Amino acid sequence: MNRIEVLFSTKKKNILSIYFTSGFPDLNDTKTIIKHLDNSGVDMIEIGMPFSDPVADGPVIQRSSEKALQNGISLSLLFNQLSQAREITDLPLIIMGYINPVFKYGMENFLLKCREMSIDGVIIPDLPPEEYLKSYATLFKKYGVINIFLISPQTTDERITYIDSIAEGFLYIVSTSATTGSVNHFDKAQIDYFKRIKALNLKNPSLIGFGISDEVSFHKACEYANGAIIGSAFIRALEENGPSIDNINQFVRKIRD
Amino acid sequence: MNETFIADKDGYYGDFGGAFIPEMLRQNVESLRAVYHDVIESAEFKKEFNMLLTDYAGRPSPLFLAKRLSKKYGARIYLKREDLNHTGSHKINNTIGQILLAKKMGKTRIIAETGAGQHGVATATVCALMGLECVVYMGETDMIRQEPNVKRMEFLGARVVAAKSGNKTLKDATNEALRDWICNPENTFYIIGSVVGPHPYPDIVTKFQSVISEELLYQLKAKEGVGNPDYIIACVGGGSNAAGIFYHYINRKNVKLIGVEAAGEGIKTGRTAATITVGDAGIIHGSKTILMQNEDGQITEPYSISAGLDYPGVGPLHAWLSKTGRARYMNATDTEALTAAYELTRLEGIIPALESAHALAVLGKLSFKETDLVVVNISGRGDKDMLAYTDAKKLFP
Repeated sequence: MNRIEVLFSTKKKNILSIYFTSGFPDLNDTKTIIKHLDNSGVDMIEIGMPFSDPVADGPVIQRSSEKALQNGISLSLLFNQLSQAREITDLPLIIMGYINPVFKYGMENFLLKCREMSIDGVIIPDLPPEEYLKSYATLFKKYGVINIFLISPQTTDERITYIDSIAEGFLYIVSTSATTGSVNHFDKAQIDYFKRIKALNLKNPSLIGFGISDEVSFHKACEYANGAIIGSAFIRALEENGPSIDNINQFVRKIRD
Repeated sequence: MNETFIADKDGYYGDFGGAFIPEMLRQNVESLRAVYHDVIESAEFKKEFNMLLTDYAGRPSPLFLAKRLSKKYGARIYLKREDLNHTGSHKINNTIGQILLAKKMGKTRIIAETGAGQHGVATATVCALMGLECVVYMGETDMIRQEPNVKRMEFLGARVVAAKSGNKTLKDATNEALRDWICNPENTFYIIGSVVGPHPYPDIVTKFQSVISEELLYQLKAKEGVGNPDYIIACVGGGSNAAGIFYHYINRKNVKLIGVEAAGEGIKTGRTAATITVGDAGIIHGSKTILMQNEDGQITEPYSISAGLDYPGVGPLHAWLSKTGRARYMNATDTEALTAAYELTRLEGIIPALESAHALAVLGKLSFKETDLVVVNISGRGDKDMLAYTDAKKLFP
């Protein structure tokens, strides 16, 4: 069983997944950050592979991606950095990034590497379900890597049900019509949207992401989903205080409180 | 090889096209895809579109036999005068079409990206005409080098927002426009200016620009008694003016179609925007196409003196026309384009846009017969480029 599936079968509530950009703040911080996140008690880790043109991201992740690329991160280097990741963590690991670097690397090569590095899932926001099914679904199955799909406030009930039917692992519920890191507190329309999804009784568990930044928004999100994903707020903490064990522990502890 | 050049239902031209968009944009793009075909084929739409093209934009654009230019290059060279359209370029053909679509869909806010500012001006213009809010994203570098167009957009009532990432040019402006659309899905219509972006945009923009080749068919017939020229030459950034003038000739295989990309300082210098020459397959701004990238799949920053051609991708139609060999893609450097602009100005009294000057710059690289009929698309006028032309004085005799 894939580690993502194990996690969701054993834990139903308050799942915390943290996103960070690989190669940031320093090129070789990737392993350190994974180790400290594991130690701090998060449930899942999303490793961002930077892209030059991240259209779904707000300023914070744009800035970290630009810095990471300047530092010299690349997909091959990221795979090198991840080669000993399984010596330091048993948490589910997800790689998140845009389609073009993966396309250039070659999807099959990419998935082969993911399997070698025991990466459990992939999130590629600009690879829609239609293109995934047409060209890549068979390859993902072959290498045992789960492709995670997104749901947005504009997604119709009919389409949510369709995406749920082809999805595995969990559904990534984008909380708001915005790029990453934009808002802080959920308004009524967002809560209605979360309720609408909950009422559909989907087969997959779900995590809410985008705009989750502190303990208040985390716990609110956990009322409507199995947990939540935090990215920009964590990147900001790394920007301000670096990837030390104390800083990462403190960040995670504050969210969990 | 599949040699149809019409987008299929998923927006593919052979290997290229599609809609690689995040779920946050899906509903926007899907609602457009669901209606665009029926809307633009409806009698009501056609009537209003054609009326505005004629009475507002000033179409048909003239087809002019450039005698002194013809003499110099030893062929019969015609210029398709898109520079004479209202707002000064072919871009108005597309913005009129898309603003009518936006109104039909009940959208109240318009966004656009722009490089040289020609699409931005054309968008700001139709927004003023229809009384709709308009926001134009433009790279900070381009706002400086095409300043007259920034002033025009603002005078027309648009808000021009500077894109400050990357090289601060067209690619970066497009990223910002896409982010705006993600954040404002309900009231906003994104008027894309070229044959790029996710399906159905390449098809929509190609159809609206195809008025150029539709006119060319009957204009050539009237002037020369034949429908087909031997060559059609157009510059290619994203490729909308080229798509428009190629359109009705794509299946007339004896017409040589030539796209001209911006070589910048030269295709081997690394300071270039000649995507088809130096690029390879990838995905940019929602479309699988040919793009400039490094070995790790990061998009390379392009360079050209011409803001309208300074783009690291190309429309999927052009990627497919190139791959199948149906069209040939050449390139011209900054210096060659500047020289060609000067030459047209002094031989014919027409100051072309820097973009269009790239198309003129290959006339000397082709070997014509005296009887060859050649059509060059003058996609825009050069008023906006007077700063660059004045700076380049030393190149001219």
